[in-house]
Amino acid sequence: MLHLLWLIPALPFAGAFVLIVFGPRLPKRAVAIIGPGVIAVAGVITILIAISFLRTPPPNHAYTQELWTWFDVGGFHPHIGLYLDALSLLMTLVVTFVGFLIHWYSTEFMDGDEGYSRFFAYMNLFVAAMLMLLLGDNLLLLFLGWEGVGLCSYLLIGFWYQDWANCVAARKAFIVTRVGDVAMTLGLLLLFTHLGTLDIQDLMHRALTQWPVGSSLAVWAGFLLLGGAVGKSAQLPLQTWLPDAMAGPTPTSALIHAATMVTAGVYLIARTHVLFSLAPAAQTAVAVVGIATLILAGFAALTQWDLKRILAYSTVSQIGYMFLALGVGAWSAALFHFMTHAFFKALLFLGAGIVINACHHEHSIFKMGGLRKQLPVAFWTFLIAGCSLAGLPLITAGFYSKGLIIYESRAAANGSTTLWTLAVIGVLLTSLYTFRMIFVTFFGEPKTHVEHKPGYSMKIPCIVLAVLSVIGGFVETPRFLGDAHFFTDFLHTTLPAVIPGSAGMSELGSELWVTLAFVVGLVVSYYLYMVNPALVEAITAPALSKALHRFWFSDWGMDWLYDHLFVRPVVWFAHVDRRDFIDGFYNGCAALSRGIYRGLRTTETGRVRWYAAGIVFGSIVFVAIVLLV
Amino acid sequence: MFALGLTGLLVRRNLMLMLMSIEVMLNAAGLAFVVAGARWMQPDGQIMFIFILSSAAAEVAVGLALVLQLYHHHKSLDADAISEMRG
Repeated sequence: MLHLLWLIPALPFAGAFVLIVFGPRLPKRAVAIIGPGVIAVAGVITILIAISFLRTPPPNHAYTQELWTWFDVGGFHPHIGLYLDALSLLMTLVVTFVGFLIHWYSTEFMDGDEGYSRFFAYMNLFVAAMLMLLLGDNLLLLFLGWEGVGLCSYLLIGFWYQDWANCVAARKAFIVTRVGDVAMTLGLLLLFTHLGTLDIQDLMHRALTQWPVGSSLAVWAGFLLLGGAVGKSAQLPLQTWLPDAMAGPTPTSALIHAATMVTAGVYLIARTHVLFSLAPAAQTAVAVVGIATLILAGFAALTQWDLKRILAYSTVSQIGYMFLALGVGAWSAALFHFMTHAFFKALLFLGAGIVINACHHEHSIFKMGGLRKQLPVAFWTFLIAGCSLAGLPLITAGFYSKGLIIYESRAAANGSTTLWTLAVIGVLLTSLYTFRMIFVTFFGEPKTHVEHKPGYSMKIPCIVLAVLSVIGGFVETPRFLGDAHFFTDFLHTTLPAVIPGSAGMSELGSELWVTLAFVVGLVVSYYLYMVNPALVEAITAPALSKALHRFWFSDWGMDWLYDHLFVRPVVWFAHVDRRDFIDGFYNGCAALSRGIYRGLRTTETGRVRWYAAGIVFGSIVFVAIVLLV
Repeated sequence: MFALGLTGLLVRRNLMLMLMSIEVMLNAAGLAFVVAGARWMQPDGQIMFIFILSSAAAEVAVGLALVLQLYHHHKSLDADAISEMRG
């Protein structure tokens, strides 16, 4: 079964190819079958491979499929090869499964859009690139997929390109992630020049034997790879592109900017975890970046009025949790949260898509309200996903994954009380903004008339994801609650277990604090938005809190800062420098050929006899040259 | 004889006469081949002449068809009057 591995990225790629070449000429039904169909087949193959992988594990719990040599230059010959182990298998399962559900949902969501086949072509290409990223056996192939998903993200954010704002958002996403990619490229070059290979397994092995713990090279490599991860996963200080990326169609936001692509950074760090273990400074930086991002993005999410922007900031904040887990060395906890987050965040976006579609493309939550009765399926699934995001204790998946991360942030050897405290405050913020969003959108007085009710293709994916948002957490439960650890067992062949430190707190205690934070957030937002809305006005009225609100609303002024620090100087310089000598050279070439053209066009008289005379004269000159010289 | 044809091509304005001048030039070249063949006792010269003859026949067919079309359009065979393609 395992030899079918190459089909998993190849099928979506073939789908994208067919849709790009023949898409506009195909009937819409065919597009709606090909687009989700290839993902479904890839998903089925993934499941079959997963079953055979679990039943008869390949030697060393990893399977390599070498397809061909990419190129061979100066002793550097990267393969096009696929590498399957527990980590990439898990990610592949989630990507194909959630990807398929979102494709299915899109067949109805994008109905009536003139770019129907273009949309599915981009989506298939995205899934193909993402699978390449996950399954690539060397860092160069991973980088190919990495850039591929970046490209698709750019194309899909600017999908409705007639609107200038969407193009600006797409450009911003592309350029900001490029900043991270430069760091990552430098990291790859550093690894290759010092270790002589980019094959991930070889690389990790050589790093382990050649570099001592804490050596400066390992730290540099770790920081550079972290730079790439920070760009792609929208962490501090490169998080500014993700909220703007919500300009794309909502299924895109669900697939790319919530469930899969933005977790590529998490995957990269988990994949190269050996390197980060060798560089404690870089690993601490991962944890610090994660905790800072999750707090800042939580505050920013509290002040947004755009439904999708709230979800975007919440994504940034949840990926912050994953980075925190990676930073303290709780590798499988990070992947656990990745999985549950993929389920509930994709669902939240799909629900938001239904709501926005129903309300005449209105994004502001304060212009919605009372949608509970009119969109029951959207309401219930959204509520389940929201509870999972906020971490409703005992039932939801989010509680288990987040609780594990928070516990490890103190109990692991790299953990500390500060990290733990901030992470619990993060739970409070999450609960606060999640229920603010739910209460304002679905409860209260109806403010709009619902015109577009979702059909089955939109409802069923939501329901499936809602079920997964609940049961997805039972694969890994705390010791005092059944002590299931299927997930860690599955991943331990690839990712090492947590190194326990001197835990200052029991698992039960930590979970109780998380529960307390959740309940406080729920009660406060219930009081503020359901019982006594006037109090919100009273809180935001004074000048100080108004300023703070504005500050948080603008994402801590990061956009303003970058605009003044980087964008404006560059634009100014480009404006000043537009008549430099390079332009002069090209303009000179153009002027020269224009002059020659003016001279030569006078000979073009249209008189046949002149042409004949020209031929005669030319022949005489030519013969004369041959004879005389 | 070649020069005669060339001069005819350059000074004549009637397309029919220009075509005839080209024929004269082709025949001049053919004659040169035949003479050269006779001088060195080689059959190649005559073979080349047959070649020239056949290509001349094809050329005349195409040329006359074009002249016919031009006459239909412009009601004239004056090469200078039909100078439409100015740069």
